[in-house]
Amino acid sequence: MGPQAHLLPGGTRLHLQHGPIDLIIGAEGDRKIAFAAAQARFATVLEELVRELPALRQPLSTDSPPPNGSIACQMHLAAYPYAAESFVTPMAAVAGAVADHVLHAICAATPLTRAYVNNGGDIALHLTKGQHFTSAMSGHDGSDLGRITITQDTPIRGIATSGRHGRSLSLGIADSVTVLARTAAEADVAATMIANAVDLPDHPAITRAPASSLDDNSDLGDLPVVTHCSALPATDRRLALEQGRKRADDLIQKGRILGAALFLQGDSQSCTAPLASLSLRTAEHA
Amino acid sequence: MTERAKPEKIRCDACPVMCYIADGKIGACDRYANHGGDLVRLDALTIIEGTDQKLVPFLSDTPADEWDGNIVKGDRPFVTAVGAGTTYPDYKPAPFIVSQDVEGVDMVTVVTEGIFSYCGVKVKIDTDRHIGHERDVVRVDGEPIGHVMTSEYGSKMLSLGGVEHLTGGTKKEGRVTCDALLKLCNREPVEMIIGEDDHATTIVVEAGKAPVINGLPEKLMRVGCGSATIGMFAKQWLSHADDVVVVDDHITGVLSEHQAGKELDVPPTGIKILGRRSTPGRYFQVAEPGTGWGGTDIEDPLAILGPFNPKVAWAGLRLLMVSTTGEQSGYYELDADLVPQPAPMPDALRASCDLIAENCEPSICSVLFMGGAGGSLRAGVTENPVRLTRSVKDALTHVSCGGAEAYVWPGGGITVMVDVMDMPTGSFGYVPTPALVAPIEFSLRVSDYATLGGHMSEVKPVSSVTGVTRKVKPEAHGHDPMAHTNYRWAKGDKS
Repeated sequence: MGPQAHLLPGGTRLHLQHGPIDLIIGAEGDRKIAFAAAQARFATVLEELVRELPALRQPLSTDSPPPNGSIACQMHLAAYPYAAESFVTPMAAVAGAVADHVLHAICAATPLTRAYVNNGGDIALHLTKGQHFTSAMSGHDGSDLGRITITQDTPIRGIATSGRHGRSLSLGIADSVTVLARTAAEADVAATMIANAVDLPDHPAITRAPASSLDDNSDLGDLPVVTHCSALPATDRRLALEQGRKRADDLIQKGRILGAALFLQGDSQSCTAPLASLSLRTAEHA
Repeated sequence: MTERAKPEKIRCDACPVMCYIADGKIGACDRYANHGGDLVRLDALTIIEGTDQKLVPFLSDTPADEWDGNIVKGDRPFVTAVGAGTTYPDYKPAPFIVSQDVEGVDMVTVVTEGIFSYCGVKVKIDTDRHIGHERDVVRVDGEPIGHVMTSEYGSKMLSLGGVEHLTGGTKKEGRVTCDALLKLCNREPVEMIIGEDDHATTIVVEAGKAPVINGLPEKLMRVGCGSATIGMFAKQWLSHADDVVVVDDHITGVLSEHQAGKELDVPPTGIKILGRRSTPGRYFQVAEPGTGWGGTDIEDPLAILGPFNPKVAWAGLRLLMVSTTGEQSGYYELDADLVPQPAPMPDALRASCDLIAENCEPSICSVLFMGGAGGSLRAGVTENPVRLTRSVKDALTHVSCGGAEAYVWPGGGITVMVDVMDMPTGSFGYVPTPALVAPIEFSLRVSDYATLGGHMSEVKPVSSVTGVTRKVKPEAHGHDPMAHTNYRWAKGDKS
């Protein structure tokens, strides 16, 4: 099946889907033009990516040549800062980069007061003066983990979430990590990296398996991904979250992200650059 | 060389990513999986919220409820708010086996998504217009997808799909058939051509909507043929008209010659109908089929009349002409030369024409999905597939499709028929096999489930199926698969 598009009930949001990509798009302004532009841009997105997919699945090094496509390039650039530090492939930014590109397409087509492109939880935002965007964070079991409000006066225009219960395999044990950054692509990579950092190496409660044994198409190759994590004692949870938190602080220091919220078995940690607003609830089921 | 086993991995061609998927694994989209060498589609859950009970059928990826901005952490479901991805790679037992206490009885519902290669739709099209002869081939995109079956009262029946078209023909035939079935089942319009070049009819079929035949939407089903209409309304015309002609493409009726008129002592009027007389007062072929009066091609009803017999007719004779749906009508009086002249219609006749129209029901297309649950689907429910069949026949297990009442055919196997209008919207999906994917639920007592070899270790409470579900209202008919009256044990027979 080719790319699919339909308006969601209410008519104010557009759903685009092609293969593994699902986008929910909202726009305030001339919605008709915006949605037409989104659809036009989306038509070729998957094909563009598939064309370079083998290269995009390769581990990135500091001398990796940049890819050709514009989305692929953004993925490459978003992942590049991490190449020297750890294992990363441009695919870590794919969802965010697609969201960013479709958002740019609709904003270029018509002036909008507010818009968002949500690609499976990786969200690209457009805000004009006085506008804000509020998003809820939920656990994989539907529990409410808190709210994020992003105002126009912050540089945050991307939100992404990563973790063990998402669609991708994770090297860490975090249930989820939500990251705020300048673009959805940057947030996407960082969320993956921070989620990987929430870990307790050699802990008996954690089982791992080579990624390739779980998913033939994984870009993680033979790296050991977490397949199971039993209930951890509070001290271990805190220790694991602390590892992730350190990584998130480091990324805030380096200016790569603007905030992060980390969740593990009912415990959470968060850190933000001064401008972002992030409210965390204490987990009721802890 | 001697190995003829199925390849370990299959290539999914559902989208350009073209994932290689190993057995038991899912593709990058979380929508397709390799199930024992077959590419199958996985999809979202829907919960039907009844007054006090819930059940969980599958749903396609049709976006449904409002997205409230929740980031359900990375899980796909969050995207569409109904979302796929609720099924994890290990779906060998049916994806969802949920239990709940219904009025004191522990009930279990095995929710699965059937892959139906043996499936099709039966379509009932309310129309009196000629859409094709029995056995005419129905084509979409030039490919045969089915044929015309019988004419039923006021309607025509089509049989579309079926395994012969899905997998028995060319690859394109299978794909086109599958696509047409999917659209019909998901209540989308499908344009089809019935018959060959010289007598081809183009028809657009959409479940629950009026058929569009050769570009014109059908409006009303006639209350009866012209002859039957005479019989039904004859009394109301007495003393207001001397003769009445009900124009119909099938059988045009004439009051004064009709048995009903005779019995009411309506005198002969010398009227002459240009058509083939069947029995008194009943005429075939007064005109060509068309979109004019009563399914004929005529716009002026007087065109079907010959000159009145001067020995019988009289000046001032009052004549009503009306179509079988009451949508067209005209009132005439014979002038001195016995030629009908239009005249204002008396109120009583106007009222009778309105009554005919009122008695006509709106024309719609009905689409009934029909499919057979094969051994592997039944195996998802129990380790001993035939026991499930027996349990259904014994009314210990109730079958529903998307929560809608399903008719289970007698005889072997579990062959069901269900009105797609009773099912949640977007209930159907497809796999490139090609085959349709339809929700099917088997509800039964936990104790009965254990007896027939159910996957007892997979049973989980319905309350645990949350977070990633779409909630819909029960269908209009209010069918409740969990109602005790569906089961034999509730009727006093506890065996």
